Amino acid sequence: MKPIQQEPSRSGRERENLLGKLKEAQKKFGYVSREFIAETARSHGLPISEVYGVTTFYSFLSTRPLGKYVIRICKSIPCYLKNADMIINSVALETGIRPGQTTADGKFSFELTNCIGACDLAPAMLVNHEVYGPLTPGKIAEILKACK
Amino acid sequence: MPEKRIILKNCGVIDPGDIHTHLAHDGFKAWEKARNEMTPEAVVAEIKTSGLKGRGGAGFPCGLKWELARREPADEKFLIANADEGEVGTFKDRHLLRHDPFTLIEGMAIAAYAIGAKKAYIYLRAEYHYLLEGLEVAIDQVKQKGFLEHLDMEIHEGAGAYICGEESALMDSIEGKRGEARYRPPFPPTKGLWGKPTVINNVETLMNIPTIILQGSKWFRGIGTEQSKGTKLFSVSGDVKKPGVYELVLGSSLQELVVDLAGAKSIKMVQVGGATGGIIPYSMITTPLAYETVLGSGAVTVFDESREILDFLHRTMEFLAEESCGKCTPCREGTEAMMEILGRLTTGDGKQEDIQALEDLSATMKLSSLCGLGQAASIPVLDTLKYFRNDYETRIKQSVFLRSLRGML
Repeated sequence: MKPIQQEPSRSGRERENLLGKLKEAQKKFGYVSREFIAETARSHGLPISEVYGVTTFYSFLSTRPLGKYVIRICKSIPCYLKNADMIINSVALETGIRPGQTTADGKFSFELTNCIGACDLAPAMLVNHEVYGPLTPGKIAEILKACK
Repeated sequence: MPEKRIILKNCGVIDPGDIHTHLAHDGFKAWEKARNEMTPEAVVAEIKTSGLKGRGGAGFPCGLKWELARREPADEKFLIANADEGEVGTFKDRHLLRHDPFTLIEGMAIAAYAIGAKKAYIYLRAEYHYLLEGLEVAIDQVKQKGFLEHLDMEIHEGAGAYICGEESALMDSIEGKRGEARYRPPFPPTKGLWGKPTVINNVETLMNIPTIILQGSKWFRGIGTEQSKGTKLFSVSGDVKKPGVYELVLGSSLQELVVDLAGAKSIKMVQVGGATGGIIPYSMITTPLAYETVLGSGAVTVFDESREILDFLHRTMEFLAEESCGKCTPCREGTEAMMEILGRLTTGDGKQEDIQALEDLSATMKLSSLCGLGQAASIPVLDTLKYFRNDYETRIKQSVFLRSLRGML
């Protein structure tokens, strides 16, 4: 095994781009793989556990492959008050998957998320980086249909 | 007290994609005044005198924060605009970033000059990725006009974590770590990002700066109450006819906001300040919104009479347990334990002792948690125990009765 190279840190700021790098991998591959974590740890002179710890801390980074379209439905109180449960059910119905799952064809991943700052549009969701609201089951069908 | 547009004055008026429309509305006049007519010390003094306090939730005096960082000898200092608006029910900064990015950049130009920072970050939450491009365009335009020669400005995008809105966790996140709260002291103005003096201000706080510099601290002090100067943005959601962002003079009543402006009817209670915000029952609806009473981030969530207290609390605690960074035990374990108890109460398995357990846990968490998340997690529990104790006791009595029936069958 190749020894881990640990460059003496000059400014201690080599890690600044770590999150960016992990996000790039997420964007490019749809997840942050074990291999990528190990490789990044090596190139930054950090323990693998450290990079894994960072990866799993943030909800927009995933260690399992996500679909082309990631649906994130807000489950926080303001959306809940506006019947987010109905939206959760109708996304489940449309996609055939439950929160935490990805469709077999890799098209959709379905996640529940905390407040996305769209409470005036409640019930709201993000599909990748687009925000949608106020949602109805009818609108859900329309939005998901437009995802090619 | 009336609605007053100080922070929102440009929203819907200027074109956020064209700096010329901003310049036509006094844009960057405050920065020019600060740069040409005032020393950094004078800018700090002006903000200190204005009485401006932080708008993100904690309400720390802005001028004092700046002064601490200004006085700290260091080869390098940082300014961070906290645009990690993750507080539940808060969306005012989203509105500001989308409709008036220039005033934020101007406020940051002035703040950086005042504290002596040459590098500034905007920490933007990942959920607001759709605002990134607009912000980048705005920064470019400001640069091209020559207003940012003293300052390197960079947008740092988060990756999804509520706790990163907490300033010490936010700095750890920029440093490429898990966003975990730090032990304090030292406080950021002394030792912040990479151990250097750092000022972290909320977007709305920074957007107050240009107007204060232009109109003067005396003018600003004339608005609001004794301890709460200026106006405040409120994000109103929940059981209201017209959810949205409203700007009111501090000290205006909750009734004016939720009933007169947002059109709420048959109110049971209002939570002010987000997930860990205080609970105001309808009987106290005339409560003024100010630092002296309730304010927080200005999140205002309205619950009508059909809403169940325990159901709401259980969901809130689930959220806090999920978002606790896990570094300190009182918060990590306390939020979990509270979630379990509240879940038990919700599903009809509660016991009389549960109320006492919630109170005991609250006291410990408040006293010994590392940051605001754990310290404030129990506020909605304690407030509802104060105003809606009956809801708890009735539920427990019913549960005990139903369980006794079950035992007989």
